[in-house]
Amino acid sequence: MKLAEVIKRLDLKVFAGAKDLTRTVGGGYAGDLLSDVMAHGQKDHLWVTVQVHPNIIAVAVLKELAGIVLVNGREPAPETAEKAKEKGVPLIGTRLSAYEFAGRLYGMGIKRE
Amino acid sequence: MTEAVSFQQEFKVKGGDFSRGGEASCEIKNLLRDLGLDPQLVRRAAIACYEAEMNIIMYAWQGQLDLLVTPHRIRIIAEDKGPGIADIKQAMREGYSTATPEMRELGFGAGMGLANIKKNTDTFRITSKVGRGTRLELTIKTNGRKA
Repeated sequence: MKLAEVIKRLDLKVFAGAKDLTRTVGGGYAGDLLSDVMAHGQKDHLWVTVQVHPNIIAVAVLKELAGIVLVNGREPAPETAEKAKEKGVPLIGTRLSAYEFAGRLYGMGIKRE
Repeated sequence: MTEAVSFQQEFKVKGGDFSRGGEASCEIKNLLRDLGLDPQLVRRAAIACYEAEMNIIMYAWQGQLDLLVTPHRIRIIAEDKGPGIADIKQAMREGYSTATPEMRELGFGAGMGLANIKKNTDTFRITSKVGRGTRLELTIKTNGRKA
């Protein structure tokens, strides 16, 4: 499923990287420890996290993630949004908790491969 | 080792500079990709570089990543001037970390860095002198595998 469709169906807010929403979401990973995501996230996964600081963008670039979803209505730091735009990383937000959001994604058929 | 070098570059990393965290690794990843190496190998190298780079940023005063690509392997040497590691065995244990509470709040200090590096490389050598610094010598075998 394309990221743009996920955003539409779950009514998500796009903070940055709006022109990179054609990517296919191949699964997801939820976590707030960067090394844990480096170890277990996979290419094309959507990363669900509460971290909003700029260092999350490098993780998404290096792991070739489909995008980052900030949960609980959290907003990115301005430098984070700027970096996401510069590197072409979709940065998205939801009011849902990580648990609820992951459940919705899973329910839509997006499962970890 | 008298292997032909196809590529070599040095990347400086400044201790404490979180604002550039991951930049050297992103550059290395792009270079390896542009050299036409297999994407799976490039991703492994990127993980190892990132963890080594963040260790320098978090704990050392200054350091560098040296990238050397030969027809058969990717070689990365991460060397820093910093406090060093007194007990390497303990530092290698997953979950062990000396990160500050501030670093942990940002999601660093999971105690997985060195283990992640080891898992993603074919050879891993760490040496350290307390009060002087730490050196990691890593290789990933490519055997000429291209994308």
